[in-house]
Amino acid sequence: MSVEKQPKEALFAPKNMKLIFNPLNKENPITVQVLGICSALAVTVKLEPAVVMSISVLAVLAFANVIISLLRNTIAPRIRIIVQLVVIASLVILVDQILKAFAYEVSKQLSVFVGLIITNCILMGRLEAFAMGNKPWPSLLDGIGNALGYAWILIVVAFFRELFGSGTIWGFPVLEYTGLYHIGYKNNGLMILPPMALIIVGIIIWIQRYRNRELIENK
Amino acid sequence: MYSNKYIYIYSSVMVIIVAAVLSSAASLLKPVQEKNIRTEKMTDILHSVHLDADRSTAEDLYNKYIIREEAINAGGEVVCRFAGGQQELGNVRPFEINLKEEQHKQQMLLDGKEAEAPVFPLFICEKDGKEYFIIPLLGKGLWGPVWGHIALESDLRTVYGVVFGHKGETPGLGAEISTLPFQEQFDGKTLFDEAGHFTSIRVVKGGVQTLPPDQQNHGVDAISGGTITSNGVNDMIRDCLENYLEYIKKHLAS
Repeated sequence: MSVEKQPKEALFAPKNMKLIFNPLNKENPITVQVLGICSALAVTVKLEPAVVMSISVLAVLAFANVIISLLRNTIAPRIRIIVQLVVIASLVILVDQILKAFAYEVSKQLSVFVGLIITNCILMGRLEAFAMGNKPWPSLLDGIGNALGYAWILIVVAFFRELFGSGTIWGFPVLEYTGLYHIGYKNNGLMILPPMALIIVGIIIWIQRYRNRELIENK
Repeated sequence: MYSNKYIYIYSSVMVIIVAAVLSSAASLLKPVQEKNIRTEKMTDILHSVHLDADRSTAEDLYNKYIIREEAINAGGEVVCRFAGGQQELGNVRPFEINLKEEQHKQQMLLDGKEAEAPVFPLFICEKDGKEYFIIPLLGKGLWGPVWGHIALESDLRTVYGVVFGHKGETPGLGAEISTLPFQEQFDGKTLFDEAGHFTSIRVVKGGVQTLPPDQQNHGVDAISGGTITSNGVNDMIRDCLENYLEYIKKHLAS
C-alpha cells in the first residue's frame, strides 16, 4: 500500500476517457486483441440478436469489472480465476433471468448465447488485466469501453451478414424493395455460415490496419 | 500471503452470498417468467388458428375462442375435459399437461419400463362458427427442443395452420422454422392419403416439386442449411400426431 497521497483526478480526465475510446479502435478486443471471436461468429447472423448480445455483454462486463475492482485487495491470487468466474457466472445468470422475465421475446431469440457470455474471453481478459489492478471508476470505464469495442464490430458484421445473407436489415426485407431479385440476384447462403463472419472480421482488421499503421507488427 | 484458512472462509462466504442472490432473484422473478410462458403458450395456440394475439390480449382471446380442452389416452378416449372455465372430466386441466413428461412416460412404456399411462392434450377452438382441433407438438431440433401447435379443420385431415418455436436453432438457418413464410406452407396440406392412411407432412429437402404429384399434398419446402432441424420437425409432426390417430378415427366415426 502506498502512503503517498495521490492528487484526485477529475472523473472524465483525458486518461480516463482513453479507457473508453482506446478499445474502440487501437485496443479493440476483437480486431486487435482477438478475444471474444467465438461469439462474434455465433450471434452475428441477424442484427437484432447481435445488438441485444452487445447490451448484455456491456452490462455484465461493466458490473463484473466494478465488483472485481472493489474486491481486488481481498482476493487471494491463488483463487483469483475462480472468484472472477463466479462473479461473471452469477451476473450472466442474473441477466438471463431478467431477460426471461421482462424481455421474454428477446431472451427467446438469444437463448443459449446469453449463457455463453460466461465463456467470452473478453470478460476474463479485462478482469484479469485491468480490474484486478485498478480502482472501481476506471474499471467501470474500461468495462464499458471494451464492451463498446466488442459491440461495434458485432453490429457491423451482423449488418453485412444479414443484408447479404438474408436480404433484410433488422428483419425488414430491404432488398425486396429494391427489386434486385427480379434481375436474378440471390441471397448468398455462405454469408449466414460462421466462416463468413471470420472473413468479415478479417476485412475489418485489414481496413483498420491500413488506416492505422501503428498496429502493423514489426518483423 | 494468504493463509489456507483465509481462502476457505473467503470462498465459503462468496459462495453463500452468490447462492442467496441468485436464488432470491430466481424466486422473485419466477411468477413473471411463468406468466410469460403461459401467455406464450396461449399466443401460440391462437396463432395456429390464425388469430392475431399478442401478450396483452392472449388470455382474453384464449378464453373466448378455445371452447374446450381435452386430454386423450392411448386408446383415443377423452379422459379429461375442461370447458367454460370448469373441469368436467378427470382431474387435470389439459392446458397444464406437460407434454415433455407425457412423452417421457410413453418412452418408458415403449422401453418396457413401468410408468403411468400418458395422456395427450387437445384444444378445441370455435371461430366463425367452425370448429378447429389444435394439437401441441414437441420434438428435437439440432441444438435443443423444437415445439409447435398444429390446427386441423373439423374434417381432422386438413391442416388449417401451424406455429413452430425452438429453443436455440441456428439463426438464419434452422431458426427459420419459426417464421411465417415457412409456417404458411403448411396451410391446406392433408394428413391422410386417398386411401385414408396416415401420411404425415414432411419437410422436403430440394422442395416439394421434387415429389411425385400425389405426394405433394403431404410436403413443404425445407430450409436450406437446416437439414437436422427439418428432420426434427418431420419426426415431431409424425410422432405427435400418431398419438391422436385413434381419437381421430373415433371422432369421425361418431
